[in-house]
Amino acid sequence: MERLRVATVWLGGCSGCHMSFLDLDEWLIDLAAFADIVFTPVMDIKEYPGNVDAVLIEGAVANEDNLEMLLKVRERTKVLISFGDCAVTGNVTALRNPHGTALPVLERGYLELADDTPQIPSEEGIIPRLLDRVVPLHKVVKVDAYMPGCPPPADRIRRCLEQVLAGQVPVLAGPDIKFGTGRTV
Amino acid sequence: MTAVTLTIDGKLVTARADETILQAARANGIPIPTLCHVDGLSAHGGCRLCLVEAGPGGRLQPACVIKVAEGQDVRTDTAKLREYRKLILELLFAEGNHVCAVCVANGNCELQDAAAAAGMDHLTLDYTHPRREVDLSHDRFGVDHNRCILCTRCVRACDELEGAHTWDMSGRGANSKVITDLNQPWGESATCTSCGKCFMACPTGAIFRKGATVAEMDHGRAKLDFLITARGRKQWNV
Ligand code: SF4
Ligand code: SF4
Ligand code: FES
Repeated sequence: MERLRVATVWLGGCSGCHMSFLDLDEWLIDLAAFADIVFTPVMDIKEYPGNVDAVLIEGAVANEDNLEMLLKVRERTKVLISFGDCAVTGNVTALRNPHGTALPVLERGYLELADDTPQIPSEEGIIPRLLDRVVPLHKVVKVDAYMPGCPPPADRIRRCLEQVLAGQVPVLAGPDIKFGTGRTV
Repeated sequence: MTAVTLTIDGKLVTARADETILQAARANGIPIPTLCHVDGLSAHGGCRLCLVEAGPGGRLQPACVIKVAEGQDVRTDTAKLREYRKLILELLFAEGNHVCAVCVANGNCELQDAAAAAGMDHLTLDYTHPRREVDLSHDRFGVDHNRCILCTRCVRACDELEGAHTWDMSGRGANSKVITDLNQPWGESATCTSCGKCFMACPTGAIFRKGATVAEMDHGRAKLDFLITARGRKQWNV
């Protein structure tokens, strides 16, 4: 059997979904028997490769880097899975949206609430510009499967990846699609 | 009281003529999802989650307010109803700011549960991200309008069970909002008795007990149901 090429990507999120991924513990060894992890923030790989079978994307689309990366990943991947509440709903990353566009948010955070040396950080080419609105992945690209949860518990990630290994586009249901609570009940 | 015979999901059932479709269905173990309905409070018919197909042409009717009728043919679980219920839930999520991960009601919320039960794994609609307020002026409770779904359960519990009528609705459409007294800060309300019945009735994290942190809040709904049974049936030990 040809080995699957699986990736994980970290956009505008807190990395909690990836911590939960690592909580798969020894099942990661089973996963490695069938799949190669060809890109992930927990390994030092610089460029997202081509021909990826499935990707788990954590985080919302919050800045220009997120946007560019997401478009690239979509182009190079067969099955794109929204991984966790930020990717699925915007979640905590999108809490800034009611405050308006990027500038008022930056002013509030870095000027009005600053204790010392108020200054909006900006460094062209280093600090990616914020988008005016934080959006979930499916508002930018076609998403093939959704895995809610903040973070999705490891057994939920496993149920999703087992379907990927079986060559299916994963479908989760029941308690596995509950937003928020990590507990599976 | 006369009895009527009707069909719900192909099952022949008998009900009292003054019962609603919801009561008849639940008495026969047929589940219908609800949000604004609370057994023992007056019917509101606002959320429309309990829609069923009833009568000729499968007209959509809210099961919590429509009474049973002789020979009625009710369907509670069709593809069309599933689609509408999901859309209703999407609208509720898109209209407010529901960030379950950081909500006091996380894991203990009727809206969150209803969405999962309806198969809502993402929103096809755009979030509106409105700017709404939080009122923390009351000693014991707070109200976060970001999470209010305008079900009026607080209004009815306060009026019908406590007799205080502190809560009411103001505004229209997307500007609707629950208010205390004449839109004064809750803490300054002259009518609020601090009994907490609104808090027990609230299905979401909108009305919360102060000091409760993420995912730890229990509404104590059992206490409200106890009071309703006690008053309605004069039954004090359930
Ligand atoms: S009220 Fe319910 S649906 Fe809304 S954020 Fe809180 S847990 Fe989620
Ligand atoms: S505060 Fe709670 S009970 Fe009152 S209308 Fe809003 S969601 Fe319903
Ligand atoms: S439960 Fe019937 S309309 Fe809300």
